[in-house]
Amino acid sequence: MKQFLTFVRKEFYHVFRDKKTLLMLFGLPIVQIVLFGFALTNEIKNSKIVICDYAKDEATQQIINKIEASQNFDIQKTLFSHRQIEEAFKAGNIKLAIIFPANFNNDLSHLHQAQVQIIADASDPNTANTLTNYATAIIMDYQQELMKNNVVPFRIVPEIRMLYNPELKGATNFVPGVMALVLMLVCVMMTSVSIVREKENGTMEVLLVSPFNPFLVIIAKAIPFLLLSIVNLSVILILSVTLLDMPINGSISLLFAESILLIITALSLGLLISNVAQSQQAAMLISLMGMLVPTMLFTGFMFPIENMPVPLQVICNIIPAKWYYTIVKSIMIKGLGFSAIWKETLVLFGMTVFLLVVSFKKFKTRLV
Amino acid sequence: MRTLKFLLQKEFKQIFRNKALLPLIFVVPIVQLLILPLAADYEVKNINISIVDHDHSTFSRNLISKITSSGYFRLADYSNSFQSAFNQIESDKSDLILEIPQGFEKNLVRENEQKLFIAVNAINGVKAGLGGAYLNQIITAYNADIRLQWFQSDKFNTAPVITVASSNWFNPFMNYRFFMVPGILVVLVTMVGAYMCALNIVKEKEAGTIEQINVTPIKKYQFILGKLIPFWIIGMFVFSVGLFVVARLVYGIVPVGSLLLLYGYLSIYLIALLGLGLLISTFAETQQQAMSVAFFFIMIFMLMSGLFTSLDGMPQWAYIIAKCSPVTYFIEVVRMVVLKGSGFSDIKNHFVIMIGFAVLLNGLAIWNYKKTS
Amino acid sequence: MTNETVIKTDKLTKRFGDFIATNEITFEVYAGEIFGFLGANGAGKTTAMKMLCGLSTPSSGNATIAGFDIYKQTEEIKKNIGYMSQKFSLYEDLTVLENIQFFGGIYGLTDKQLKAKSNQLIETLGMQNEAKKLVASLPLGWKQKLAFSVAILHEPKIVFLDEPTGGVDPIVRRQFWDLIYSAADRGITIFVTTHYMDEAEYCNRVSMMVDGVIKALDTPDNLKKQFSASSMDDVFFELARGAKRKAD
Repeated sequence: MKQFLTFVRKEFYHVFRDKKTLLMLFGLPIVQIVLFGFALTNEIKNSKIVICDYAKDEATQQIINKIEASQNFDIQKTLFSHRQIEEAFKAGNIKLAIIFPANFNNDLSHLHQAQVQIIADASDPNTANTLTNYATAIIMDYQQELMKNNVVPFRIVPEIRMLYNPELKGATNFVPGVMALVLMLVCVMMTSVSIVREKENGTMEVLLVSPFNPFLVIIAKAIPFLLLSIVNLSVILILSVTLLDMPINGSISLLFAESILLIITALSLGLLISNVAQSQQAAMLISLMGMLVPTMLFTGFMFPIENMPVPLQVICNIIPAKWYYTIVKSIMIKGLGFSAIWKETLVLFGMTVFLLVVSFKKFKTRLV
Repeated sequence: MRTLKFLLQKEFKQIFRNKALLPLIFVVPIVQLLILPLAADYEVKNINISIVDHDHSTFSRNLISKITSSGYFRLADYSNSFQSAFNQIESDKSDLILEIPQGFEKNLVRENEQKLFIAVNAINGVKAGLGGAYLNQIITAYNADIRLQWFQSDKFNTAPVITVASSNWFNPFMNYRFFMVPGILVVLVTMVGAYMCALNIVKEKEAGTIEQINVTPIKKYQFILGKLIPFWIIGMFVFSVGLFVVARLVYGIVPVGSLLLLYGYLSIYLIALLGLGLLISTFAETQQQAMSVAFFFIMIFMLMSGLFTSLDGMPQWAYIIAKCSPVTYFIEVVRMVVLKGSGFSDIKNHFVIMIGFAVLLNGLAIWNYKKTS
Repeated sequence: MTNETVIKTDKLTKRFGDFIATNEITFEVYAGEIFGFLGANGAGKTTAMKMLCGLSTPSSGNATIAGFDIYKQTEEIKKNIGYMSQKFSLYEDLTVLENIQFFGGIYGLTDKQLKAKSNQLIETLGMQNEAKKLVASLPLGWKQKLAFSVAILHEPKIVFLDEPTGGVDPIVRRQFWDLIYSAADRGITIFVTTHYMDEAEYCNRVSMMVDGVIKALDTPDNLKKQFSASSMDDVFFELARGAKRKAD
């Protein structure tokens, strides 16, 4: 046991003396949280639009005022001709054009009917859809005001409640993903690189010829990363709660327990990579390319899994981070207990056991 | 000139001999371009809906069939209790609950007004927002149908009606891939350019060959050109394959605008990008350092470039950072030229800015790359 | 050997912050001689050599190489010197022939000269069978010999060798010195650092550097006499004993 502790201490020395690695270890999660929490939002605000108003009457002015007041739109300019619209789209970031025909107010008050044309830049389909919806809602709102005095028959009033995330913040979706991403990346990369470094330096051979059990060598290597990852996780959670106002609705201890499970999965994956990689550089490349890209793509936090073709959906299922992401969402945001996530936990557990067995097996054959 | 010829010969030999690098340059980008747009499909469709119908009337059934036939929604669950629908949301089987209260039909006819309850799982804000809006539209349309059925329109006509006619330009079928493919193409070119270029120079540092080069009469600019030209050509090649083979044949994207303009911009962009790679290589001592630094920058550039999320929604500081990255401009230009057919006068400013980046990054790199310490 | 001076330094100094790597070294090297530049690890040999090659700018002092000033005429100097660093530094992923042609090419040899030179060189080294193999696959001794031959491919006035025989067996070292002698016979000045004291005996003159300063400079025989030592080993011990800097 004393031997083992000596070993663990040595590993801590390695980690703490390597300032660059430490910087990366703690810088990465902070940068990620800030990026995903603040910089990357799917909220659509201040979208640049143009208005082409042929009517220039009271009604159109009122609608334009309403649009101007909305946070979603930023009116760039008012055009005078239809032809300029295409130019405006091509030249810049105009996302939407709203066109009021001549005699708008006249038609509305005498014929009881008028038309507004909305043209969206559909090169980005989601933004186009959302903006069209917003603009339509504003116009409908105006119409509602006009009808205030008339009794409209048979009115169906939908009452929408946004569960879990009433302000539709992007962070709610991203933070659990960032947690998975950071834990995977840090653990897998750090372990694989640090083991391969010993291989490269030749110190691994020295350790292996010592009377010390080789498995304990590996476990001793993993312990500092396990502890650092827990610290890392806490940093992410503190940042999300204080800076991003994220809730932790479920049990914190359950959250940590599940996270430790993922960390162990990641550590064993790192061990596996270290068996395959011959140089630190190769280990790093495999960890970055092999972990980062799939974790970002196939976890579901950036891109919805249900939209993917079936083969890709299958791939998603073998990504440990995907299961962890579901677990974190359930605990943190939905506030559910273990009974709701035992299936995901079981899958993750199975993966961990599998990876551990495979990597220890591989490790052993390398010793012979 | 002759020196440059020898340098280029050597670089190309080394690149083509590196069995680990070649697939990274030529195969991986193509595979990514094939897979990424399939995976990165943000389009909001296939929304799973749970319907809680307490009414079981003709009206409620008509409404449900309207919703399921709209194409946006998939009926995940039809039940009598809100709790069971809510369980579906908790287990992620459903994104949205529509609750039709008891007496929906009766109250609508008698009291002229009836509420419907919608609960949306809003963890994913975009999906929630659009899903709610789609459902709202369907309900409004259904509402209008009922009115038409029960009333002759003239009585109703005294109320002013504004109809909104919306049309979608540049991508009338709202194909999300049209949006993603050009952007991903840019990211791939960026990775190949900045990454490979930085690694390549640092490799010579590590191997010590750069010292050997430094005692020869090779001029600074010759060495740098010898490094930039091969990667510039590779960048051009990767972009062309992506544009003509993958984008056109697989996704059917044909650039609307001028190819000459696109390539003109690409060539300047590549110079700026290779300048960045060069700059990184002057700081890094080992390939591993170069890799981490390049990875860090590319990650930030990529995430903030407007590739996945809109720039307009960003807070001011993030917007400024995004505007300091060449990737942002190139993504904008590619989307503008390929999808909208923008011309030179539309992207004049982009040209000026990119030339600025090219001069700045290369200038810094050359200044930093010292032959003598 | 003529008395034409090809390297002349005057109080050449390099500081890294507070640390003075080479402290006011002054010496001359004559055309065609084999000049041994000796010293313990960390004595400042490599730093001095890098300044002479134009890889590093001196902090103070003057020097001329082949008559050119090391501050102002580095480009001229580079045309007239060859350099072989401590670390093997040919391109491992190019073949023997490709390396020869690349380095020949950047020194401005014509295609005709290149062809003749490379054939001649491969023949001298006896590498006919290896010419088209990647350098990475060669044994270290061959690599070193190749690196030296490439360094003098353009017939420079002076060639700088930084511990050229580190890690190779005695037979290869012997062959390597044969190459050095034949280059010296052609009039190329050899400036060589080494750890092997038997190699010091092969030099025309040697300098001994301790703690950044040249402590002794003479022919091996004279040095042995001066320190009443029987071998260069003893001379070295005598001088290096007082060193304050520990080997790194």
